[in-house]
Order: sequence, then C-alpha cells, then structure tokens
Amino acid sequence: MLTNQSILHWVQDNLPEALVRHSEHCGQLTLEVNRDKLLDLCYQLRDNASTSFEQLIAVCGVDYSQYGYSEGGLPIQTFSGQQELSEYVPEAAQETAHQWEGPRFAVVYHLLSLIHNARLQLRAYPDEDSLIVSSVVEVWDSANWFEREAFDLYGIIFEGHPDLRRILTDYGFIGHPFRKDFPLVGHVEMRYDPEKGRVVYQPVTTQPRTLVPKVIRKEGYYDRNS
Amino acid sequence: MTEIRNYTMNFGPQHPAAHGVLRLVLEMDGEVVQRVDPHIGLLHRATEKLAETKPYNHSIGYMDRLDYLSMMCNEHGYVRAIEKLLGVEPPIRAQYIRVLFDEITRILNHLVFLGTHGLDIGAMTVFLYTFREREDLLDCYEAVSGARMHANYYRPGGVYRDLPDRMPLNEPSKWHGEKATAKRNANRLGSLLDFIEDFAERFPGCVDDYETLLTDNRIWKQRTVGIGVVSPERALQLGFTGPMLRGSGVEWDLRKKQPYEVYDRMNFDIPVGANGDSYDRYLVRVEEMRQSARIIKQCIRWLRDNPGTVMLGDHKITPPSREEMKEDMESLIHHFKLFSEGYSVPEGEVYAAIEAPKGEFGVYMISDGANKPYRVKIRPPAFVHLSSMDEMCRGHMLADVVAVIGTLDIVFGEVDR
Repeated sequence: MLTNQSILHWVQDNLPEALVRHSEHCGQLTLEVNRDKLLDLCYQLRDNASTSFEQLIAVCGVDYSQYGYSEGGLPIQTFSGQQELSEYVPEAAQETAHQWEGPRFAVVYHLLSLIHNARLQLRAYPDEDSLIVSSVVEVWDSANWFEREAFDLYGIIFEGHPDLRRILTDYGFIGHPFRKDFPLVGHVEMRYDPEKGRVVYQPVTTQPRTLVPKVIRKEGYYDRNS
Repeated sequence: MTEIRNYTMNFGPQHPAAHGVLRLVLEMDGEVVQRVDPHIGLLHRATEKLAETKPYNHSIGYMDRLDYLSMMCNEHGYVRAIEKLLGVEPPIRAQYIRVLFDEITRILNHLVFLGTHGLDIGAMTVFLYTFREREDLLDCYEAVSGARMHANYYRPGGVYRDLPDRMPLNEPSKWHGEKATAKRNANRLGSLLDFIEDFAERFPGCVDDYETLLTDNRIWKQRTVGIGVVSPERALQLGFTGPMLRGSGVEWDLRKKQPYEVYDRMNFDIPVGANGDSYDRYLVRVEEMRQSARIIKQCIRWLRDNPGTVMLGDHKITPPSREEMKEDMESLIHHFKLFSEGYSVPEGEVYAAIEAPKGEFGVYMISDGANKPYRVKIRPPAFVHLSSMDEMCRGHMLADVVAVIGTLDIVFGEVDR
C-alpha cells in the first residue's frame, strides 16, 4: 500500500534535492518540485517499481496574481449599466486573507499509479522572467495537449515540447486568456461586415461587469457563536 | 514515372461524422493516412474562467454543458470537489440517488455512442433503436429536475429534491389517439422509481436487440476489428481512462478502485477487452450498459425501503425550505445570503475524480477562502482520448478515421470547454 507518507519518504530518500516543500490537503499529497530536477523526478516516479506512476492524468497552469484579494468595495457594474460604489464592503475582507508569496505562475501535475492505486500532485514554478519549465512529454505522452493548453491559456513555455502551438483559442489569437489580468469579455469581438463582405475583428463593445463580488470570509465566520 | 506526393486534406469542422466541430488536417498517401492533426477549440467557451468569476453554485449549470451527453456525471465531479473542500458529505439517500442517476447517465451516453458510432460506419437501424430507449431516460431526467438535458440537479450537500411520486403523462394529440396514449402511459402510472424499474427490467432485452444487429454482423466486424489498436502500455502512456483503457485490457474503474458515494455497496462487474481495437471497446461499452442496469436495480431496491432527507440541513451551503422561510427570520437571512453572496470555502486545493461514462472526469479546484473558486481545472476524458488520434489513425484508410472518431466517443463540449 502506497500511502502519502511512503511516497514522501521515498522522494526524500531517493531524490532529496528535487523536493522543495510538501503539503497535504484533503488527503492529497502535493510535492513542490525544483524545476531543474522535475524531469529526473518524473522519470523516477514512473519507472521505479515502488512508486510506478504510469499515468499522467492532467497538467494545468495556475496564475496566482490575485490570490487572496477580494473585490469588496470595487465599483460594480450593475444591470442598468451605471457605475456605482458598492456598499458591500466585507469587514473581514483583507486582514485574515492569506496572500500568495510564491511566484506568479505554477504548473500542477496530477499523477496516478494503477498498480498502487495512489495519486500524487506535483507542483513546479516556471522561471519567473522567461516562464520556462521543462516539458514532461518524453515521460508521459498524455502531457502533450495539456502542455499546449497551459501554453495557450497562460503563456507558460515548456522546454522540449515537440509541437508547442496554441490549441484552444482562435487562429491568430493575441494574449493568454486565463491570466487573471485578462478581462473575461476579452479584447476583441468578431462580426460580419456587410460592406467588406467578410468577418472583421473590432474592440469589444460590452462592458465587463461583476454581478457578485468576490469576498473572503475569515475562518470560523459561519460558526454560530463567533 | 510520375511522382507521387502526399496529399493534405481537410476534414470538418462541419462534417456529420466529426461529432461536432472537429477539424482534422489529414496527410494522405493515396487513401492511407500518414498524419492527423486535430484542430480543436472551435467550441471553446472558457468554462473554467467563467467558473472562476462566479460563486460556487452558479457554475453547476456550466458543467452540464461540458459533456452534454453525460450531464449529471459532470455535475457530480464538480459538486464532489466542492464537498471535499468544505468537508461535508451528503445524506445517504442523496448518495444513492446520485449513483442511480450516474448510471442512468452512463446508459444515456453509451446509447448515443452506440447509435452514432453505428451511423458513422453505415449501420442506420441501431441509431433508431437506441434513441427510442434514450427518450425514456430523458423523461427520468425531466421528472426529477424539470429539464431533459441540462438538469442542474446535483448540489453541494445533496441533490436538489427527492424523487417525485408520479411521472408526467403523455397527452393525446393529433398523432396519438386516446387508446394509443393510454398504451404509451401504461408504465408511467406509478412513481418515478416504478418507471425506472420497469426500464431496468426491459433494458437488457433492448441491449440484446442492439447486439443482434451488430455483434456478429459481418460488415460491423470488418469496419471495427483491428481498427485503432492500442496496447495496454500505450493506453497508459496516452492517459486513457474509462472504457478506452478497459478496451485495451487494463482492469481499472474508479467505481471499484477508488469508490465514491455508495459504489462500494454495489454489486457489478468490470468488463475488459482483449485486443484493444474498436470492436473490443464497443463490446466493453455494451456490457457496461448491462452492468449499469444491474446497479440501477440495486439502487431502486434501497431507495424504496429507505425514505429520508436528500439535502444537508446546513443552511450555510444549502437553501432552507420555503415553509421555513415563512416562519423563521434566520432562514430568510440564510436564503438571502446564500443566493446573493454564496458561501465561502476554506482555503486549500483538491482534486476530485469520478468515473464518467467516457473515462475519468476530474475537477481540480483551488480556493483562496473566497465565495468563488480561485482556479478550476476540468480534466475531461475526451480531450485526452482525442490527443491520441494521430497515433490511432496512422496507417489506416481514410474511412477508418471515421471509425476511430466514433470509438473515441468524443463530445466537443468537454474537449473544448
């Protein structure tokens, strides 16, 4: 039986330099990996009989730039379209919220071992300036499209990927839409121009609006007696 | 001697056999496929980003629209991720209802798979039969949630409401007279459970009908045996899950190996294939439908004997009843808070996976303690399966590309998200 503890011990014994930090949440072990050792660790996790993570379930990018910030007190676009200051200022908004201290972008890998019936999460931070992290396509083929997706949506570059192209967005799309500073309505919209007789792009005409502001409540807010 | 060059061909995005908006760029040597480059994203709606800008409960409806052939299974994956973060567990009756509807959904999905896969490679009749049974199951969806497809029925903390005591009846019309309508309504006179039980009893016979049409059919076998063969090792490398993995002979099913809800109390078998070709995957899915009918019967037996609540009583995450709201000020406040601000979820991250009809449907969720998820990552099974398209089609004929698309069982709602 491969428990979270035994995975952790195994990594600490075999490749201690790869491990930066570890955490456990909801019974799920996450290893924070040194990006230079990511490939080594992945190969070992896959090939070593005591771990044998033969499947890569998913890869995803994360943008932490607004982690722990609430939107309380920001101007809110209402249904009628006018700007008004929200009276909805949550008292516990900022003081208890845990602010993110790590790098802005992260890549999270979800592994599955069928033999041991175990799951593991790896987390690596791409280089902060160039956003480069090594690709794991050579270890697991299933990483191919997931890494293309993370490149498309977050602009993270996977070094060694055989075919790093955009995958989900339009041909000729500009920007990385899942970054937190990319507006939900986007920058351009498309319409048919009857004079030119073709489809044209133009700046968006809709306003971004927040119907429900993001609010962070401190721990124990819901307890009846607090 | 004339020079023979590879020929690049465009397939889709508007092609009836592409199962949606799939565009393939095929490199052909005569009629033999050399390389396949699937272009996806034509149905990209940024579901994940939308979910990140809305309170938790608002996004359940988006999940229906991911894999729009297995609606409730997607909701299940999303709702389970929230429940794991909140650390709550739904009441036992709600868990049984979820298992019941997960299996109904599995049959729904496999019926469309079977019908369209047959249609793609020339078997017209089976499509008509499978959609006849699908209609009954969509009626179950309608009876329980009010919507035939996008049900929005699972909620964090249980299911929206208990199973109804009666089924909606067909009404006489220009095409169906009094007598014909009475005949059509014969199995709808009891409760929803009676209707589902009647369905589960006759459904294995329907599966026999489909099998007489296909399993020993010479043309069907010519089109599927030995097409798109994937070895177990490659299947693992390519990230296959669900029937695609089992078709290659790997016995892996989350319902058995990492049971969630009440699957550990259910009695069922996992079918596996031997050769890893399209025909084996077809057999696996057909057998899965029979097993689902078995699970449905077990759920019905339990649900009949054990009435109870289907939603947690914690009104921080579930709405209070209308009746309570008329009497109780606190319930009114809870209702208002829940539907305006929503609820905050403790900081943390979670990955929750369920065995959807197409494979492992996972939701990875990061919460920073707010009333909206900080990051939602949906792990759609069909996205991974489609990425193996190139490998599965190489060396096959052009007509087999269609057979491979059919056997992958892809739906673009979840591939593109």
